[in-house]
Amino acid sequence: MAQEPILTARGLVKRYGRVTALDHADFDLYPGEILAVIGDNGAGKSTMIKAVSGALTPDDGEIRLEGQPVHFRSPMDARKAGIETVYQNLALSPALSIADNMFLGREIRKPGIMGKWFRSLDRAAMEKQARAKLSELGLMTIQNINQAVETLSGGQRQGVAVARAAAFGSKVVIMDEPTAALGVKESRRVLELILDVRARGLPIVLISHNMPHVFEVADRIHIHRLGRRLCVINPKDFTMSDAVAFMTGAKAPPGEAIAA
Amino acid sequence: MGEPNTAAQPSQEFEKVLVNSSTEVASFDTHDKTPLQKLQHFLHSSPAAVPLIVLVLSLAAFGAILGGKFFSAFSMTLILQQVAIVGIVGAAQTLVVLTAGIDLSVGAIMVLSSVVMGQFTFRYGLPPTLSVLCGLGVGALCGYINGTLVARMKLPPFIVTLGMWQIVLASNFLYSANETIRAQDISANAPILQFFGQSLRLGNAVFTYGVIAMVLLVGLLWYVLNHTAWGRYVYAVGDDPEAAKLAGVNVRHMLVAVYTLSGLICALAGWALIGRIGSVSPTAGQFANIESITAVVIGGISLFGGRGSILGMLFGALIVGVFSLGLRLMGTDPQWTYLLIGLLIILAVAIDQWIRKVAA
Repeated sequence: MAQEPILTARGLVKRYGRVTALDHADFDLYPGEILAVIGDNGAGKSTMIKAVSGALTPDDGEIRLEGQPVHFRSPMDARKAGIETVYQNLALSPALSIADNMFLGREIRKPGIMGKWFRSLDRAAMEKQARAKLSELGLMTIQNINQAVETLSGGQRQGVAVARAAAFGSKVVIMDEPTAALGVKESRRVLELILDVRARGLPIVLISHNMPHVFEVADRIHIHRLGRRLCVINPKDFTMSDAVAFMTGAKAPPGEAIAA
Repeated sequence: MGEPNTAAQPSQEFEKVLVNSSTEVASFDTHDKTPLQKLQHFLHSSPAAVPLIVLVLSLAAFGAILGGKFFSAFSMTLILQQVAIVGIVGAAQTLVVLTAGIDLSVGAIMVLSSVVMGQFTFRYGLPPTLSVLCGLGVGALCGYINGTLVARMKLPPFIVTLGMWQIVLASNFLYSANETIRAQDISANAPILQFFGQSLRLGNAVFTYGVIAMVLLVGLLWYVLNHTAWGRYVYAVGDDPEAAKLAGVNVRHMLVAVYTLSGLICALAGWALIGRIGSVSPTAGQFANIESITAVVIGGISLFGGRGSILGMLFGALIVGVFSLGLRLMGTDPQWTYLLIGLLIILAVAIDQWIRKVAA
């Protein structure tokens, strides 16, 4: 690939006591692609994702965003840098409304004195933007933007979380197991959302255990094993059984793919 | 992008059959809702409605039984005066409970603050205004310690504030040497300490500054909780702290801020307490913690955090006030008040659980 990677990590190390979750792991994400990250349980893929999304600080190693070294101390830092994450537990507050959730942590205040001195929220503007984002992603089956998130179905909640990430992610969107808790139809909807987001030029990191989904949408597949990147494969060149064999160690990774 | 169902071709083999599947989406039978379900939905979206209804009903009931003796401007404002301290402390308790915590030390902080205000003036001869500021500072400091222990040491709020309750109350008795400062001395030398005891009279209606302070405080906090980002964070932290943290809320800062603010409000209640009883007494306000929790629970604020309205707390406190005064005017044994309040608490929590099922 001739392009420069937008997000890279080199030699990431993270230890929890005597357990080494990340053992000099590398990671590359190119502009406009969907990169799937797969790996067995405990391979350290969530730890690596947390490191690039700011949810934890690695003990060692370097992360670069558009070539510039970055040091995220919190998810807020990563968000400010343009990296949005959809967490497996969605990170939505059930009792708050859809609009409140989408703007949690980056509220819009009213213009003028009310906003500046009384710190009043501009509910109308936030609702309008939230509505626009949701309809853009085809999620307007939700009638009331002020309904509490806990009154939504699993797929709708996922939709809200994805819409939030797509709305604010300016450089990278990371999704952790976005289809894990969903039914067949709802999964399809979320996969469409992912493709929609890529169609708008945002690169996506997709962490998933669902091989058919991974092989369907991913441009490249990063296989994680024993705390480091084992190889990166093109889904067109390998079968799902190959990928499973690589990630479980049943088969040696293809030589030329390691460098990719 | 607009119509994803038609635009995307299912590419998994097992999904091909989806084309023939029913296109209906799960929908709610909006027309066939029973009145009971409608009520449940309404109560879910307006958490202060239940206590308001109970308040209106109890006012109507006592009014019907007692007539003009109860329904006078004097009685009504008397209820407000009796509720003022609990209402202010309840506001502090509301903030803490919304973050899924509980503050058992509110009453102790209130008393210690009032004692500091009095003793600093009379023992050390500080200007009364400065003493009041010191009292407010002591309250905020106690709250800050609570908040730090909860947020940084990750200790359960119940345990932290149970300990602080004892510590603060003991400090209060040790420091004050169990000595009461008489009302006459205060009004002669430091009238500002009794500021909240002054009142506005409109005919028979008597509004003490304490009552006005309570109403203004609840109004201000209602605005902050509902119309500022900080207020939304209070709810988010109580609702799901993990989610709030990932969404960019600094949960630890929020907890420390909420407990500190709670301590400051308790100190304000301590100031108002001097106005209410006239003197500075280290034994006053013993039950403020239990009474504030009662107001919060009857007010429909969930002890599990993240749900409820501060207006509900105010209505809850008023319900207790209406029952106390109403039953007293009826000449019943005061124990009946406690018995009925106990029933109300259990009923309020039962209703809360029922309303919550709307979400499931």
